[in-house]
Formats: sequence, C-alpha cells, structure tokens
Amino acid sequence: MPAPLIGASVGRKEGQEKTRGAACYVDDMTLPGMLHGVTVRSRVPRGRIRGIRYEGDIPWNEFTIVTARDIPGKNVVTLLTEDQPFLADQFVNHPEEAIVLLAHTDRFLLEEARRHVAFDIDPLPPVFSIEDSLARKAVVWGEDNVMKSFLVEKGKVDDVWARADLVFEGEYETGAQEQLYIEPQGMIAQASPADGVTVWGSLQCPYYVHKALMPLFGLPPDRVRVVQMTTGGGFGGKEEYPSMIGGHAALLSWKAGGRPVKIIYDRAEDMVATTKRHPSRTRHKTALSRDGRLLGMEIDFVVDAGAYVTLSPVVLSRGTIHAAGPYRCDHVRIRSRAVATNAPPHGAFRGFGAPQSIFALERHLDRAARALGLSPEELRRRNLLRQGETTATQQEVLEKINLPSLLDLALEKSEWRRRKEEFAAHNRSGADAVKKGLGLAVFFHGSGFTGSGESYLASVVGAEAGRGGRVTVLAASTEIGQGTNTIFSQIVADALAIPYDWVEVAQPDTSRVPNSGPTVASRTAMIVGKLVETAALGLRDKLRAGGFLGVTYDDRAWAEACDRYLDLHGTLQAQAKYELPPHVKWDDKTYTGAAYGAFGWAVYVAAVSVDTVTYETRVDDFVAVQDIGRVLHPVFAAGQVEGGVAQAIGFALYENVILANGRMVNGKMTNYVMPTSVDLPPIRVFFQEVPYEYGPAGAKGVGELPMDGPAPAILNAIEDALGVSVRKIPALPEVVMEAAGCL
Amino acid sequence: MRAWLPGYDLLRAKSLDAALRILADGGGETRVFAGGTDLMVLLESGDLPPGRFVSVWGLPELSGISVTDAHVTLGALTTYTEIQAHPVLRAEYPMLCEAARLTGATAIQNRGTIGGNIVNASPAADSPPALLVYGAEVELISAARGARWVGYDGFHTGYKRMDRRPDELLRAVRLPRTPGGSGAVHFYRKVGTRGAQAISKVMIAALGRRDAAGVVADCRISLGSVAPIVLRCRKTEAVCLDRPLTAEVIAAARAAVMDEVTPIDDIRSTKAYRRVVSGNLVAQFLALLAK
Ligand SMILES: Cc1cc2nc3c(=O)[nH]c(=O)nc-3n(C[C@H](O)[C@H](O)[C@H](O)COP(=O)(O)OP(=O)(O)OC[C@H]3O[C@@H](n4cnc5c(N)ncnc54)[C@H](O)[C@@H]3O)c2cc1C
Repeated sequence: MPAPLIGASVGRKEGQEKTRGAACYVDDMTLPGMLHGVTVRSRVPRGRIRGIRYEGDIPWNEFTIVTARDIPGKNVVTLLTEDQPFLADQFVNHPEEAIVLLAHTDRFLLEEARRHVAFDIDPLPPVFSIEDSLARKAVVWGEDNVMKSFLVEKGKVDDVWARADLVFEGEYETGAQEQLYIEPQGMIAQASPADGVTVWGSLQCPYYVHKALMPLFGLPPDRVRVVQMTTGGGFGGKEEYPSMIGGHAALLSWKAGGRPVKIIYDRAEDMVATTKRHPSRTRHKTALSRDGRLLGMEIDFVVDAGAYVTLSPVVLSRGTIHAAGPYRCDHVRIRSRAVATNAPPHGAFRGFGAPQSIFALERHLDRAARALGLSPEELRRRNLLRQGETTATQQEVLEKINLPSLLDLALEKSEWRRRKEEFAAHNRSGADAVKKGLGLAVFFHGSGFTGSGESYLASVVGAEAGRGGRVTVLAASTEIGQGTNTIFSQIVADALAIPYDWVEVAQPDTSRVPNSGPTVASRTAMIVGKLVETAALGLRDKLRAGGFLGVTYDDRAWAEACDRYLDLHGTLQAQAKYELPPHVKWDDKTYTGAAYGAFGWAVYVAAVSVDTVTYETRVDDFVAVQDIGRVLHPVFAAGQVEGGVAQAIGFALYENVILANGRMVNGKMTNYVMPTSVDLPPIRVFFQEVPYEYGPAGAKGVGELPMDGPAPAILNAIEDALGVSVRKIPALPEVVMEAAGCL
Repeated sequence: MRAWLPGYDLLRAKSLDAALRILADGGGETRVFAGGTDLMVLLESGDLPPGRFVSVWGLPELSGISVTDAHVTLGALTTYTEIQAHPVLRAEYPMLCEAARLTGATAIQNRGTIGGNIVNASPAADSPPALLVYGAEVELISAARGARWVGYDGFHTGYKRMDRRPDELLRAVRLPRTPGGSGAVHFYRKVGTRGAQAISKVMIAALGRRDAAGVVADCRISLGSVAPIVLRCRKTEAVCLDRPLTAEVIAAARAAVMDEVTPIDDIRSTKAYRRVVSGNLVAQFLALLAK
C-alpha cells in the first residue's frame, strides 16, 4: 500500500503550468478572424429608453452592433427568476445595464466608439437604499420591492420577553464588497445558426452558462458548449455573471456571421459592472436570563439585492439560516427580506449571506455580554449548541460538535486572559495614544447547498480509465485557484491506490463532462469529492467484476488490468450520482429541518490596536481555530483560511463600495481600498479534525468559513480597546471617529 | 486600455534644449512626460486628453542631486528611490525621505519623480508638505525666457493651478541646508487609506525647535489633503511661536489648525475627519516638541 495522499500537502496539479506562465487564460486565446467586443451601459439608474444615437467621427459601418432587437431567442438571463435581460430593451433598472454591444477588430477604435454611443433615456424615480426600498419611496421591482422573504419560527418567541431578565436590542450594517479576483472577467464566443454556440471563458459554473445560453439562442443542449479556461479566481463573482458576458460575446458573434468575439473586462469595468456582496441591515432583539442563557431571539435581516433577482434568494436563505448562530435557543424568529434597489445586482461572494448575518449576531452577543456583566467568552460558552440539540431551523445536529474545545484552543493560542489584562492596563495608563483590544467570534458554516438543494442538483461525476492505468476525472467542478484538481487527484489516487501522477482532471467542457453542479458553497470537496471517490471506485469494481483485477493489486497489476479491459471493451468509464444522506430532511415550506449535511465550526480571535490620533485600526494578531472535518491538504486548507481572513479584514476595515446614483465611483484599486500585505497580521491557523461520515475521507467544507468570523471578532476587539460600540462595517477610521463622538 | 492611442504623440527629447524647443513650438499645447506614473494612470482609464507629449526621462540636465554649503539641489527627475538613498537628505531632510518612503511602493519609487509630484499639483501629494516646511525653491526654465527661481511657498495658486507657464519645464528643486538647525524636531506623518499604495487623506510635515527656556523658537507646519493646495499653516504656527508649550497653547494650536484647514468630503474621506485629524496631528507634533 502506498502512503496515503489525503492529509499530505502534495504538489498542486496545475502549479507548474501556472508558474511557468504556460497556463492558458481566456485572454491568452486567439481564434482566426477574431473580433473584440465591448458593452455600452445605461449610466442612468432607472428610466425608459427612447433612442440610441451613434455619434462622432466613427466608421460605424465597420462595426458589428447588437441591441435587444437582435436576440434570436429569449432576452432573459435564465437562473432563478426571469427578470434580468441580456440587453435592456425598453427600460433600464441600473446604471451599468447593458443596452448596446459593439465589435470590431481594432480594440482602441472600439473604445473610441463606445464613448460615442449616446442614449436618450427618460429618467424614472430610483431607490438606492434598503430603507428607501422598504419604505417604497418608489416601487422599482414587483409590487413592493421585495424579491424574496423567509420566516423561520422555532418555539414561541413572543412569550419570552416578559420572563427575561434582560431584553437587549441592536442594529447592525454591512457594506457591499468586491471579489477582486486577480483575473477580470472575460469570454470568447463563436456562434452561428450552422454551428451552434461555443463559449470559452473565466468561470465557476459551466452548466449555469449552458443553461442561460440555450434559451438566449433557442438551442437544444447539444448545440451549446461551454468550456472553462484557466481561471484566475472567482470568490463567487464568476458564478452567474459569466452567463451575461458569455451571452454578450455570443450575440455579437452570431450577428457577425460566426466570427469569434472576445470580450475582456478591464479592472474598472469589472469593478463597477459585475456583482458584489449584498449590503445588509440586521436588527436583533434578544431575551437573556441574568446568568446569560439565551431565552429568545428575534432577528430581522434585510439585504440589498440591487436591480435584479440573480442569486439573491439563495444568498438570503443562507444568511437567514446562519443568523442565529451555533447556539442553543428554544425560541427564535427570523424574518428576512431581499429588497430591490437601482444598483447593479448583488450576487454571490464567499460566504453567501452568512458573513452579513453572523457579523450582526456576533457583535450583538458581545454587546449583550457587556450589558449582563459577563465576559464575551463566558456568555457564548453557556449557550454553545451540543450534539443532538437543534439549530434555529430545528435541525438536530447529529455530528459531534467540538465548539467548547475549539473555544479553549482559541483562548489558549491567543493568550486571551493574559493579554486581556495586559491590554486593559496599557489602555488605563493613558501613556499611549494607541489603544489595544481583543475580540472573538464563534460561528458555524453549513457545507454544500442548502436543504433540498443538493437533491435538486443531483450532481453526476464520471471517471475514465486510459492506457497504462491512467485515470481522468470528469466533472464540471472548476479549478479556480482553490485546489480542486489537486484534491480530486488525491482522492482518486488514494481510492484506487495508484500514483498521484496517473490521475488527471479533465478540463470542464460541457460537451465532455457531466454536470457535477456549480463550484460554490464549499461543496466541491465535500459533495463532489465524495462522488469522485465513488466514481473512481466504480472503475475498480468493473475491473474486478470482469475478472481483470484481483482483490489486492499493485500499480502494475492496475495498469495491466486497464489495458486488457480497454483491449476488449474500448472504453472504461464509471459514474456516480449524488444521493442525499438519510439524515438530511428539509421542508422548504416551513423552512425547517436539516439545512446542511454538515457544518464547519470555528472560533476566531483578533487582537487590534486603534490609534486615537487617526482612528485607524490595525489587526496585530489573528488566531483562527476550526473544525472542517478531515483536512485533505494541510497547505491548501491553511491557505483557504489565511486568504479568507485577509479578505474578511478587508470587509471589516477597508473595503468601501461608494455608490453615487447607483454607480460605483471608486471603481479603481487606488480608491477601492483592499488591504495590502503590510496591513495584515500574522494569521495563525489551527485545525481540530472531526471526520464527517459522508465526506470524502471525512472532509467538510472550508472555503467560506474564514469569511464569517473576522469582521465581528475585529469589531468586538475595537470595542474592547476604545469602549466604543461600532456597529457597521467597513469600520473605516471615519466611522470609528464618529462612533467615538469626536466630531 | 481605454485611450485611443492614435490620438497621442510622444516625442523623446535628446537634450534639455531640444525639450525646451519642443515645448515652445507646441504653442503651449505640448505636455511634459517624466516618470509617467501620474500620466499613465490617466491614459489607461481613457481620461488623459489626447495630444502631444515630450518625454524628458533620462535627461542629465534634469537629473542628479548636488550639495553645496548653502543648498541641496535635486534635479526634477530625482526619483523617490534616489531621495531615500542620499546621505545628506537622510541626515538633514528626514521628512522628505519619509515622504519618499511612503510614496506608492517600490515600482513607483523607482519611476516617480519629485518634479512630477510638484507639477502634477495634487493636494494629496506626499512630498510637497515637506518641501514647504524646508523652504524649498523651484527652478523653471523655458526657451523664451531662460531660467528663474521661485519660492515653493506660493508656487501653487489654486487647485491644480501654479506659477508655471505652459512652455516651462521644472528643472530643479533646492532646499536650504540644515533646516531648523540642530536640535530641531522633524515630524512627518501620512494618514493614508492603508499602509502602502495609499493616497493620503491627511498628512503633516512639521518642524519645530524650542530654546533653552523651553519657548518655541521655530515652528513650521504644513498639511496636505486638507485644502485645494498643500497648506502652510501660518496662523497655527503663530499661536505657538515665542510661547512655552503649555496644555493651553497646544489646545489653542489644535483649535487654530482646525479653523485654518478647508477640507472637503470626497471618495477617500470626509471633511469632518480631515479637520479633526489635522487637529490631532498638530497636537501630537507639539506634544513631541514639548518633551
Ligand atoms: C500606484 C501609484 C501609487 C502612487 N502613490 C503615490 C503616493 O503615495 N504619494 C504621492 O504623492 N504620489 C503617488 N503617486 C503619484 C505619482 O507617482 C507621483 O505624483 C510622482 O511623483 C509623479 O512623477 P512622474 O515623474 O511619474 O510624473 P508624470 O506622470 O510624468 O507627470 C505628472 C505631471 O507632471 C508634469 N511634469 C512632470 N515632470 C515635469 C517637469 N520636470 N516639468 C514640468 N512638468 C512636469 C507632467 O506633464 C504631468 O502633468 C502614485 C502613483 C501610482 C501610479
């Protein structure tokens, strides 16, 4: 038996290609006769389109020009709700909405042309904030601006207020956030009635694009092909937007008689036009006993969806389910809404609604502890969910919950008690303008799609054996920098006891790979990884059933068995299809039941300094302790946590999307301030592994977890340092100053 | 790249004379291209008006740092990297070196020039406050009128406006030696949006000295990003000069500077923040001077 690869930090599958510069990103690809394409956008947040003018000294006859009129099929980006057009026809609902597409061979002339398309738009009254949308200052979507709402009810929360020792209320806000993947969005398309539609691009979910392109052109599944190129990051930002840009490139190609068209966004366009994290507002009302037990929680959670629905219902759902945290509480009501505004649609971003609602909860509990005179760790410890107890959706948690031990480890590694005293003494002495504080957050994150989601998806993975015993994984799950290819290869190599180098992961191409679902929600390792394992074992079982392979075998025997099988049958393939584990029972109507097959659990601690001269916060030290089940690849897992914490520090302290009339006015990396390496603390990562029965080798999800905890931990630390309660993020120095009353 | 490239011409001057002639011939329409670190950002975003440029990069007449008993003179093309490496600048003008160290990051420091920083005339530029406090003068030169030295104080006349004719090149900047004398406190602090690659929200360059009796004998305070031009805060200085640094004086200086600045709300910060932090920074400087 070779040494197991799972649990070892093996070399990244595509690492060499990337470091040598050989990896092929979409902008590296050129096809004969290719045109470049650009998008002309409304600039007006809401209005009725009266006319389009092509002005200036531009040779317009040389351009391919596409408007809504040119669409051969249905002008709607098919996803959840059919409300968003590919190209605005009569109305525009946000200022970055596409109205006209242009293509030409000369990229520079194309930019000049783009500046010379003018629109006559009669403005209609827009709304730009959650409050204005809820107040229906203008009705901009449906009948009441509410795109989706949920109600979670557990127990009878209305009855607890009277018997509580303390009823504590608070309101919390989070801002939008840009994903800032390194590679901006881009697609190449070749489309014609004769050859159908093919797109190559930077994307997370090939079958989402596939699903959106079929109705756009009125084509059957086999006439639409989507190929993922090497992708430089996604973080959710390439979950649904690639359907839009892929559709645009394909429409131009179709109109240009099948000449290929490439659309690559520059950073500025990517920042202003593509989806971002939903801004949110959460209100908490909590009933507590004197000794710190949570008696009841009432939570009102609202997210700003922007102009169209896109993925907002799913983001809202995850935010709702995570809103009450990993705590025992018999009486909970969570009401949530996604409301429309005339900003570009907000969409998927690492954490998917949970970072917003967890921020509110973990800030709120810290403040409640203060009000009760309890330490923040003690209040949480008294309420931690235990195995067999139920979450807000009445999911009985069957897995072992390690939270007390995670909390102990986090306190130990952060030297919580010693530093608390040291910081308090430092702050009291008044000798230094810089004040210090410690804060923590306790949280969980459900792995995989919510509730019945995974059974609707019914993901399929294939495995194929080739000459010499090589095995290829066939899945639509995409490598976007997170290590999918490596992990799949580790799983296969261990399952079949063959060398890591014999395993290959096919390029996701809808004409070749089955639909293993979208690459989102920390589902790729846990859900798809398990299917990869099953499919690989299917190959072995076929070989054994046919008498090609014995019970025990070595590499050579495996290779020979494959060769002999192929000599006889031509191909050797196996498939695996997802089946919901028996404990996952969910009721969409009442929003109760097992929301997730498993959860990641975590306790994070931040140490901060706040300078009272400038109100700047610096995170000095960060401890991240979590249980993500079995760790498949220690370096990647730690990398996910470090990167997630860094991104969440941006969310907490720096990254501020400023909209004016719905348009982002700081859409450059100079003015949209993400932290640099000098702004980041050491991020110390610790795992406790509690294997999950239904994950490959016991793994659960990791990618989103680290986005959830840092913001509340940091803001709790700011309150510890200053005694000032900041309840909104990003906690820019200006915000801290205002909260400190230094105006 | 959003610019339409055929709309731009970039000529490369082989000498200072050639550059001046190109500037003169252009009828005031030709613009100077030095390190390009401000200009290229505009070109990329399509915000650089098309037209003709003359590159002066590498011209020896605009390069180098020379030292005499009276002055240190920096050619307009002196980069931030060169500033930080120069022993005399490090010893006598620590605030200029600190400003250079905090400008952009390595790539920008290798390519960005002091002349470009001055003529780009952003109120948020990091070197100008130090130059103001150090009593800098700048040399302007044109084919038609030859060279002239003007005080840097007063060079900027309004937002992006300055005492420079379109055909004039900024050739050099000079600083009087040992500003403030020995025992002076030099205090520079940049408050940017993050630790590196940041545009300033407020920054201060301040120099002060107390005499043997503890009375303030020299006090120069300059703030950036708080007015249309980099600001020398003379009213605030007057509050401190010839006085001992009591808590009352420091409080009065804080109030004075909050009155003297005229900040605005923009995408990087707020008027209120800039005003309050200006006061805090001045108080921090004076507390240091009082030690
Ligand atoms: C990523 C990045 C980070 C940055 N960070 C900072 C920062 O932290 N602090 C800061 O202050 N600035 C910063 N800058 C701005 C810029 O680097 C500086 O202003 C730099 O000093 C400009 O010098 P340059 O030679 O590159 O100017 P250029 O771009 O060549 O020119 C700027 C302007 O000055 C004019 N000009 C240049 N030289 C002369 C001359 N000799 N005579 C007449 N006119 C002239 C040009 O016509 C133009 O209008 C940053 C820029 C970037 C891209």
